[in-house]
Amino acid sequence: MAEAAGSVPRVAGGPAGWISVLIPAAIFAYLVQFVPRVGSGEVILWAYDWVPALGIRLSILLDGLSLTFALLISGIGALVTLYSTRYLGNHPEYPRFVLYLLAFMAGMLGLVLADNLIALFVFWEITTISSYLLIGFNSDEEKSRRSALQALLLTGTGGLALLAGMIMLGNVAGSFELSVILTQGDLIRAHPLYVPIVILFLAGAFTKSAQFPFHFWLPNAMAAPTPVSAYLHSATMVKAGVFLMARMNPALGSTDLWFWALVIAGGFTTVFASILAIRQTDIKQVLAYTTLMALGALTLFIGAGTADAIKAMMLFLVVHSLYKAALFLMIGIVDHETGTREAPILRGLGRKMPITFLGGALAAISMAGIPPFFGFIGKEFLYKAGLEMEVAMIWITGTIFAASVLMFAAAGIAVLRPFTGPLAETPKPPHEGPWPMWICPLILGVLSLGFGLFPDYAETWLIAPGTWAVYGDYSYEVDIYLFEEVNAAFILSLITFAVGAFVYAFHRPLRDWLGRVFAANPIKFDPGWDQVLDGLKALAHWQTRHLQSGVLQRYLFTIFATLGVLAAFTIWSREALAFQLDLAEELDGLLFKHWAVLLFITAGALLTALTSSRMTAIASLGVVGIGVALIFIMFSAPDVAITQLLVETLVVVLVAVAMLKLPHLEIREGHRDWRPWHAAVSVLVGVVSTLILIAVLQGDIDRRLTDYFEMASWPEAYGRNIVNVILVDFRALDTFGEIAVVVIAALAAYALLRGTHYARRKAPEEDEA
Amino acid sequence: MELLISIMVGVMFATGTYLMLARNVLRFIFGLILISNAANLVIFVAGRLTAESPPLIPDGADFPAEVVANALPQALVLTAIVIGFGLFAFALTLVYRGYQSMGTLMSDQMRLAEPREEDQ
Amino acid sequence: MMNSLILNAATRLLVALLLLFSIYMLLRGHNLPGGGFIGGLVGATGFVLYAIAHGCGATRAALRVEPQAIAMVGLGIALAAGVFAAFFGDALFTGQWLFIGATEEDYGLPLSSVLVFDIGVYLVVFGSILTIVLALEEEV
Repeated sequence: MAEAAGSVPRVAGGPAGWISVLIPAAIFAYLVQFVPRVGSGEVILWAYDWVPALGIRLSILLDGLSLTFALLISGIGALVTLYSTRYLGNHPEYPRFVLYLLAFMAGMLGLVLADNLIALFVFWEITTISSYLLIGFNSDEEKSRRSALQALLLTGTGGLALLAGMIMLGNVAGSFELSVILTQGDLIRAHPLYVPIVILFLAGAFTKSAQFPFHFWLPNAMAAPTPVSAYLHSATMVKAGVFLMARMNPALGSTDLWFWALVIAGGFTTVFASILAIRQTDIKQVLAYTTLMALGALTLFIGAGTADAIKAMMLFLVVHSLYKAALFLMIGIVDHETGTREAPILRGLGRKMPITFLGGALAAISMAGIPPFFGFIGKEFLYKAGLEMEVAMIWITGTIFAASVLMFAAAGIAVLRPFTGPLAETPKPPHEGPWPMWICPLILGVLSLGFGLFPDYAETWLIAPGTWAVYGDYSYEVDIYLFEEVNAAFILSLITFAVGAFVYAFHRPLRDWLGRVFAANPIKFDPGWDQVLDGLKALAHWQTRHLQSGVLQRYLFTIFATLGVLAAFTIWSREALAFQLDLAEELDGLLFKHWAVLLFITAGALLTALTSSRMTAIASLGVVGIGVALIFIMFSAPDVAITQLLVETLVVVLVAVAMLKLPHLEIREGHRDWRPWHAAVSVLVGVVSTLILIAVLQGDIDRRLTDYFEMASWPEAYGRNIVNVILVDFRALDTFGEIAVVVIAALAAYALLRGTHYARRKAPEEDEA
Repeated sequence: MELLISIMVGVMFATGTYLMLARNVLRFIFGLILISNAANLVIFVAGRLTAESPPLIPDGADFPAEVVANALPQALVLTAIVIGFGLFAFALTLVYRGYQSMGTLMSDQMRLAEPREEDQ
Repeated sequence: MMNSLILNAATRLLVALLLLFSIYMLLRGHNLPGGGFIGGLVGATGFVLYAIAHGCGATRAALRVEPQAIAMVGLGIALAAGVFAAFFGDALFTGQWLFIGATEEDYGLPLSSVLVFDIGVYLVVFGSILTIVLALEEEV
């Protein structure tokens, strides 16, 4: 594969590359035209019936929340695909990568724009599957495969929970359309199913957005190529869980359960991820853990639920997507051009890679929350919303403080240290990346600065409509600004800078110390996951060993025993035997020929079962067959009787032919082979069959169909043999199906025999051995 | 007659089941033949027995003048017999082919696809 | 294959008779006991007898066509007879009738898609049974 890449270099990824850039760019351009309408508070609905019988429609709900997400998805998508043309353009599997990435993009756009819950779920699963394929893109590495499978299983399980929750919610609300459900919040919150619905929805959202304790798949997902990490596992897909919680907030929010579940999970994830981020040496992992932290903060603020909190959440969402995608792309360039991402090695790259440094620095300053960047505004509003909380004010504000300190330090670790100071030795001599790569973090970095200087644009285009959609109140006045006055939030910001600078200065001893602490910690999630999987495998193995013995006799014994017991139970519970049998009437009029046939068949059947000679068995079977044919003759079924006789002849011919090559039944088996348990089950099956047949015969017969056939056979179908008319006219479609079965059986038997013939000719020595 | 045939059918089901539970797949096939015969009889008898008046419409009449045998179960049984034959023929060739490649008729020794764990 | 002179000589006649009888059973089937299933079984029995007496190679030569091809053609004929009804706007497998020389008293000579369907059934049963029997006999 690697050789193929060397011999056929794709310039900027070939046509796949440009197509992959044009599609998201075109979508972005198309979506931009809706910005003024949505910005003025309009909600755009559009629907197409997909599975009308099930109430599944392909409907689109375009409001502030979905438009903000859609713009981020398509906009960052265009940059990431442009970046990938050089990052992976020479990879032999590049077209496959583009396909996955575009499939993901389609799924993600569908997810955020869907108005129908079921459609939303389908798109949700598409993002899960494409994420699986992208994490495992380097499929020759065991680590990639494991991480991919872990992400798939975790988010997939969450997805199933979500589906269950969605079906419940749809039934409670009486509609699967979000635009309807969102107006029925009071009804849903009062319903007894509210608690299970919330739990199931949160199971889906928490796994997708990697909230504690499902957080561990996200850092592992960094095994994906860096553009994927930037796109899926930072800016878009992991925010699908956040999107879902934000989307459902008007319907499911404003309860204690919702508040505390989100605040506790989000807050814990934030603090936990902050500590883990400091511990990492791989800069990509540092960024992964800060992403985890940001997701926690977003969850926390959706849970907090006040208008200010929602506004801060929407603001931070956009802020984070811009700077985090830029930083991931920046570290991708560093990795690509130097061959390493290890923080202790990288130093002084700024002079060699000035434009990358510029883009990374703009994003990092935004992340650190330094004015006048967009990140500063985001942090200020988080603080402001946290300080104004009536409940859990200390907890929320404290969490945000810890997160902001960490972001300040992480910005230093990710950008300041690698790009400044003396140039250090790296695996590859560092140099500036090509323009399609460095332009992407630069654009995002400039946006971070631009929105910081002119926050009004972000407010009217994205933040205000998004806040209205999530808060569910379009009259709320959204106002964001760079600086208002020296208030508590501003003072908290200053303290953040001081503590953050302190943490950055001492981050290396802190990292070593945390490494020692975590090494001693007995609770590990990632190995724990392996244990869970191993346990599942062992369980599956155990039950397979017990249920799937591979012995035909045991399977059949189970089947027949189940049949006998269930039938006996049904007969008993339905009181099917509550009737009187008139034996005298039964025996009256029986002739010698009747007794003879009954005796022949019974004896033949018993002899077949008990004999140890195969010739006797075949002869007894023949007796049974002829006897059955005689019954057909005696009771007015000439067609059936003729068929039975002819088939019986052919059965004997076939068995006789096959016998020439088959061994005898073991002579002694007849005696040794007595199997009492099998005999007991056989007797049970026989007795229940008899009882069922007797019970059926005691009831009235429904002759409507027969009467119809008798009356219509000649006048309508011009046939005097009613049986034949049924076969070839009234029920001809059934007959067609039956003769098709006969042909298939014949062809299958022919293939089996001819296969033998062919195989034997091909390998005669094997056959003799 | 219906009652006695019911009992006889029970014997056929019991012996057929016993044969199908045997280790030797040839016996299994014998059991299969017995059970399909028994099942055909069940369908036939459930439509009630009528002696000596086959479901034919006499010449010149538009429908049977007197009570004739129930034609519906007869049609069902007729196709069932032919399909049963197809099933039997396929099962027989399967047994035959299995004996050729595995050298045994004992179902518990036919373990090419699922070897026993201790053999693995 | 059995080397019996009497059997050899008799089967030539018997096969012809059985084949004729099978067609007779097929054609009368709509009004009297018989039909495609029974006809096909009778015809197949005739050729099975022929195979026992003269061997499979001779039987295949006498058939001229591969039996599995006969079965497939039969299935095709049956399907065509069923689809035929669709051209007249009826549901699939509705019988279509043409009465040649019909008077008020007599239906004359009836031709129908139902008969075509039964011929298809005949060929399927005939071909399928011979496919299995000949393949198994050749194997042994």
